[in-house]
Amino acid sequence: MNQHTKTEDIAEDIAALPIELFEPAPASTQASHHPMRPSVSYWHSAWLRLRDNPAALACLLFLIVLIVMAIFAPMLSVWSVTAQDLKSQNMPPSSLHWFGTDDLGRDIFVRTWYGARISLFVGLMAALIDFVIGVTYGGYSGYKGGKTDIAMMRVLEVLYGLPYLLVVILLMVVMGPSLLTIIIALTITGWISMARLVRGQVLQLKNQEYVTAARSFGASTAHVIRRHLLPNAMGPILVQMTLTIPSAIFAEAFLSFLGLGVQAPYASWGVMANDALGVILSGDWWQLFFPALFISLTMFAFNVVGDGLQDALDPRLGKGK
Amino acid sequence: MTVKPEPLDMHASASQSDNPPLLAIRDLSLRFRTYGGYVHALRQVSLHIARGETLAIVGESGSGKSVTSQAVMGLLPRATAHITGGSILFDERELTTLKPAQWRQLQGRRIALIFQDPMTALNPTLTIGEQMTEGVRRHLHYTASQARDKAIQMLELVGISGPEQRLRQFPHELSGGMRQRIVIAIALMCDPDLLIADEPTTALDVTIQAQILALFADIQARTGVAIMLITHDLGVVAGIADRVTVMYAGQCVETADVHTLFSHPAHPYTQALLASVPRLDMPAASLKAIAGQPPDLFAPPAGCAFAARCAHALRVCSQIEPPVTGLSDQGWVRCWLQDPRAPRPA
Amino acid sequence: MKKYILTRFLLMLGTIFIIATLTFVLMHLIPGTPFDQERQTSAAVQDNLRAFYKLDQSLPVQYLHYLKAIVTFDYGPSISNPDTTVNTLLARGFPVSFELGLMALVAATLSGIAFGTLAALRHNRLIDRLVMAVAVVGISIPNFVLATLLIQELSVGLGWFPAATWRTPWHKVLPVIALAVTPMAILARITRSSMLDVLTQDYITMARAKGLSPWRVVIRHGLRNALLPVITLLGTLAASILTGTFVIEKIFAIPGMGRYFVDSISTRDYPVIMGTTVFYSAILVFMLFLVDIAYGLLDPRIALHRKGQS
Repeated sequence: MNQHTKTEDIAEDIAALPIELFEPAPASTQASHHPMRPSVSYWHSAWLRLRDNPAALACLLFLIVLIVMAIFAPMLSVWSVTAQDLKSQNMPPSSLHWFGTDDLGRDIFVRTWYGARISLFVGLMAALIDFVIGVTYGGYSGYKGGKTDIAMMRVLEVLYGLPYLLVVILLMVVMGPSLLTIIIALTITGWISMARLVRGQVLQLKNQEYVTAARSFGASTAHVIRRHLLPNAMGPILVQMTLTIPSAIFAEAFLSFLGLGVQAPYASWGVMANDALGVILSGDWWQLFFPALFISLTMFAFNVVGDGLQDALDPRLGKGK
Repeated sequence: MTVKPEPLDMHASASQSDNPPLLAIRDLSLRFRTYGGYVHALRQVSLHIARGETLAIVGESGSGKSVTSQAVMGLLPRATAHITGGSILFDERELTTLKPAQWRQLQGRRIALIFQDPMTALNPTLTIGEQMTEGVRRHLHYTASQARDKAIQMLELVGISGPEQRLRQFPHELSGGMRQRIVIAIALMCDPDLLIADEPTTALDVTIQAQILALFADIQARTGVAIMLITHDLGVVAGIADRVTVMYAGQCVETADVHTLFSHPAHPYTQALLASVPRLDMPAASLKAIAGQPPDLFAPPAGCAFAARCAHALRVCSQIEPPVTGLSDQGWVRCWLQDPRAPRPA
Repeated sequence: MKKYILTRFLLMLGTIFIIATLTFVLMHLIPGTPFDQERQTSAAVQDNLRAFYKLDQSLPVQYLHYLKAIVTFDYGPSISNPDTTVNTLLARGFPVSFELGLMALVAATLSGIAFGTLAALRHNRLIDRLVMAVAVVGISIPNFVLATLLIQELSVGLGWFPAATWRTPWHKVLPVIALAVTPMAILARITRSSMLDVLTQDYITMARAKGLSPWRVVIRHGLRNALLPVITLLGTLAASILTGTFVIEKIFAIPGMGRYFVDSISTRDYPVIMGTTVFYSAILVFMLFLVDIAYGLLDPRIALHRKGQS
């Protein structure tokens, strides 16, 4: 009953419509009313996405502060990094020694920032080596393709099978530990992931049409790699570099902890942690706490920034990261 | 042509024959919650499928045809999809209020889905046999050997040679056409009442397309299964559909039996679709596209959704939604041009 | 498949060969002879070394003897303790290290995969963010830092666990945790990422459309595919756990091979260093080989036929 009335009502309403409404009003051929958004470049849109990532920004800020402090704190501190002062042994944090002192009376605050220098330097060198060797090797291999590519990848497979840290330890023992030897040891296998990544990118990109177009205009290999392939592969390369740094910092700390790294009296976070191990039973918590905190925070910050970069540069992967 | 108000008439004609339809969707409205707001993906969709018949749902991307099939299959994402009105009756049972456990009793057993892309629809790490039998073992509690026999039977039904060997093989060992047949065979394992085929031939070569379509017709003749065929390809429709529903911007705009649709399309959109199909006897320069784009379903337009692109639009079209008008024998169309006051076409 | 196994096997042999050669070359690059240390070496030690390394023979002969020794698992004498050989140290210490490493690997694998799957299934909800946050912290704290912190807080501070040695199961808790956390975090991240990829695949929707139970869809269809890339990671994880045992054993004073190795580094006991390096390298390379084989067996696309080298 109700429905019948309702449909009758609808029929009445329809019949009551004025006749003018039934005049033709054909669609114009103008463009649809979808608003055109201003076009945004790839890097700009990546920066916008990064800006919306509070965790990554906070960590980036932390890293900037870390770098500044690492450069200036040892210079401005009244305490020496290496001088021993046996009257001030094992003092807890105070207004005099902000982070306390260690077993030999050295100020932990200034040593921590000196250690920051070491770690950041090692991280930076590792990323640079990664970039230079990895990009060159991978880029060349990918671009050349064919037998060259296969051979170069075989070499990589064998190198990849080498137990990284064991080889490094071996080299350190033989060459004598120092900062220089750490850097050299890291050049051995650190760049393999980067090489593979770049090769993959190049393989993908070199078949793109804009490359064929460039080559049809007579562009040389180097030119194509530099102007067309690298800028497009830059995103993943950057991410990889950012994520290499924490593992380099880890490697340095690990080696120092084993006594194979930076030698006394200089400080690196690994060395400081190792020293702190000796006094662990006596409750001098600050000797371990600060180097441990800084290693972890620094690695954490680089990881978060690296993840954030990856999400920003390729949001498709964001879901799967 | 008289104006007959909806909704009663649309469904009355369907139940004139003594059998109620197998599937009856009435005024189904559905929206998705997204970051940008609500997308009104389905707006009062109505259609029905009788037992043993093939209904083709035609539309462009974004018309809502795939969403409709997901709604009938119970594959809508629960977190973001909200049914805001209407009903889906399958064999007299209301589907819009089902809980997940209840859906699982229907899926694969009474209603089965055939996927678009056979290259990705099969699990690469399981054998064909495992993928074919798991459904029937769960739903019908077959033993391993019963399931195996049924699988072999189904493989023969879809025209695959050497079925015993196939059961042990993995998907990557087979060609695209064979994989699609296997996908169809899997769908048939529990003898469903309704097959939903979502663009089943889009990912295949043209020659294989014809074979698959013939297979559908053959299966329907032998098992009496009803088929809901989703496609954007009118050639496919002409091949095997009994009836056709044309969807645009989340609504059904026209429903007719296949012969009537092709010979006397009533809705301007349908007419434009048919006109845009290239023909060998046309001059090359006269390809007719439909200008413009479908409307944004975040804010569906008042009035007829096609008005902005319609060459025959009236002033009323962009202001008020057109009523449903019944046509011959179970067909209907949603268009103001059916109103007696509308100008006759030239 | 056979070709695949053969390739991997040859690769493995090649790598071990390179390492052995590398250690040999390095040994002879050390300024002076291996006898050069602060401590005086006795005649007994010198005799031992000369006999084992055939030092009075020509270089190529020495090399061949060295290779032969390695192949027969004979790693030479120790300098610090002239009565012991590397083999004795290995026999004594390796079982302990193996137990520690295995426990850590199993713990990391089971928990990492479980957490990763959980995070993927509850994508973007609280559990997902929580797991991922913990995972990033987990990969950021070096295992030796974690170990020292655990001792400082849970052992010295709260007295819940003993700080050293390896005697009772209670002793084993902290070292295993310290060693397992980072691999667990890595596994959780990879599992989650792989699972998220897999869950968007058509065959998962197809499995759901068959009305299968959610459990079956996730495990039988989801994990089977998602775990393939995870398996390839297990090799490198085993390597990092192995090197991790060095520092963990040192910190917790566990009498394992790792600790002997670290001691030998401090005392510059070159033969022990060399021998242990080669032995451990061989183990790691073998593990990578096993992982490759496992992957080949589990992925039907490889098991049945390889469509050419990648």
